[in-house]
Amino acid sequence: MYSTFENKADIGVRGKGTSLNTAFSECAKAMTSIMASLKKIAPKKKIVLEVKASDTQALLVAFLNELLFIKDAKQMIFSKFEVAVEADEHGAQLKAICFGEKINSKRHELMTEVKAATYSQLKVAKKGKEWVAQCIVDV
Amino acid sequence: MELKQKNKYSYELELGKGDANPRIYANSEIVSTLEAEYTQHNSSLKQLENLSMLPGLKGIVALADIHPGYGAPIGTTTASDLKEGVITFAATGFDINCGVHSLIHPLNAKEVSEKKKQLAEQLFRDVPAGLGIRGKLVLTKSEMDEVLEKGAAFAVKKGFGAKKDLKLMEEEGCVDGADADVVSDKAKERALDQIGTLGSGNHYCEVQEIEKVFDEKAAKIFGLKEKGTFLSIHCGSRALGHQIGTDYLPILDSAVKKYGLKIPERDLVCAPIESEEGQKYFSAIKAGSNAAFANRFVIGSLAKGAIAKVFGISAEEVKTFYDIGHNTAKIEKHLIDGKRQNVLIQRKGSTRGFGSGMNEVPLKYRKAGQPVIVGGSMGTNSFILKGTKRAMKETFGSTIHGAGRSMSRSQALTKWTGEQLLAELAMKGILVKARSVKGLPEEAPEAYKDILSVVEVMHKAGISEKVAKLKPLVCIKG
Repeated sequence: MYSTFENKADIGVRGKGTSLNTAFSECAKAMTSIMASLKKIAPKKKIVLEVKASDTQALLVAFLNELLFIKDAKQMIFSKFEVAVEADEHGAQLKAICFGEKINSKRHELMTEVKAATYSQLKVAKKGKEWVAQCIVDV
Repeated sequence: MELKQKNKYSYELELGKGDANPRIYANSEIVSTLEAEYTQHNSSLKQLENLSMLPGLKGIVALADIHPGYGAPIGTTTASDLKEGVITFAATGFDINCGVHSLIHPLNAKEVSEKKKQLAEQLFRDVPAGLGIRGKLVLTKSEMDEVLEKGAAFAVKKGFGAKKDLKLMEEEGCVDGADADVVSDKAKERALDQIGTLGSGNHYCEVQEIEKVFDEKAAKIFGLKEKGTFLSIHCGSRALGHQIGTDYLPILDSAVKKYGLKIPERDLVCAPIESEEGQKYFSAIKAGSNAAFANRFVIGSLAKGAIAKVFGISAEEVKTFYDIGHNTAKIEKHLIDGKRQNVLIQRKGSTRGFGSGMNEVPLKYRKAGQPVIVGGSMGTNSFILKGTKRAMKETFGSTIHGAGRSMSRSQALTKWTGEQLLAELAMKGILVKARSVKGLPEEAPEAYKDILSVVEVMHKAGISEKVAKLKPLVCIKG
């Protein structure tokens, strides 16, 4: 499940799920939902990303920022993600298969551009049976 | 938390740090809001408390447009000791050198109003705006390196604008000491087609009427007269700046551990100014700042061309007024503890506003003080202020950058629809053309604090004085 949450100048993005992988995928959807209508983005093309960071929290930020890099460099936007996170005491990494298409200003109901994901209100944690992945994004 | 009133418009957040206690410029209404929000997670005052825990701070100043950001509040200036201090990501942010570039039209408000629709359409065609929109200028990587090191002068070389106009920009459109090699290839690649693009969110290109002049003498020096017209471009370093932030976040995160720095929240990642990481990040900020100067200069040139086409005049008749950033980091000399010393000044949502006589102020404006362009939102006034000598003594020569948000973006989206907002603004004589009408309510005028009261605080506190009030006529949004 993905959602956004209040922050005065910027916006919080949150993904929840029964696994860490789902929480990451949902958080990516939350970020995309700020920029465009998710349901209008056809999962026609896929790209594979690999991201590394010092821990799972920094990994979430690095993952979201990598998606923003692709948005500008390749003009691609995604609506479906298959994420596999691996983490241990030495660091964290993920492989993500992202499904989407080239940005289309007529079809995607584009809204506000997200500039970057931040370390603000950053959380990757398990609460009961549910994983939560969240942070503030700069818009 | 104790907020002590020092005089009518300034308060001190009492944290036992003497001169380094955060000083806040506000009226009683702004203070009440800040106090009421204090217990909320990430409130402005909590962010100021956290920020004040960083080492080597010589002072923190919060301006009347203060509102919560990530790590540091927006509307803040910090001064850090060059030996003991750190350079903090949150005190400059992702949109490096976001700022305002303004032009003065030769036409009066009546002439512009008669061709408002044509002008809006021409500007909308000529100034690329919005998510996923590419600029007319596509650079090679080596050209991007030139942008990073030479700033707006690169735009002149490519045929955008005139060299003489560089004198009318903060730092003359180029910060010295930028090294393109400390900026990643990813950052350069991400923005090759973005120099000369507006972006989205709170960025805009707005045609304005000079509605009222408050200070005739300064207005004359600035070249402003009532019923005249003006154009302001609000944007920054685009994805290049965002990627610099993205690249340096983990570097600064590691530096915190490497140098054993104690930070209260992870969003205050930083590095000692003197460290290799700190120096590289500082140089990258300078490079990002130069990209923003080039970006706004190109858009300024495109806007001049659009005005010229609509009114059948030459683009040279539209004059560059000034260009000033509000998300910056630079070394400046200020009077601290009785002596003038170099400090690292980081401004986040805060404008430099130097007083009269300072060498940093363009010669043309030096007698009056530095022009400060305070941007409103689509339906509200903007202001031209002048920097003061008092600001040099009290605020490290800093002042407000805008009104500051009072309502979150999601609240605004539930309150209005884009179409409703367009109609309401049209009733007030403001023509808005936006690529994303759906996202427009995020920037609704009522989602911001009352700009008049924010400007009034800084004026009455003697930090930056009112010169002219601008009224929006046409607004182009992403």
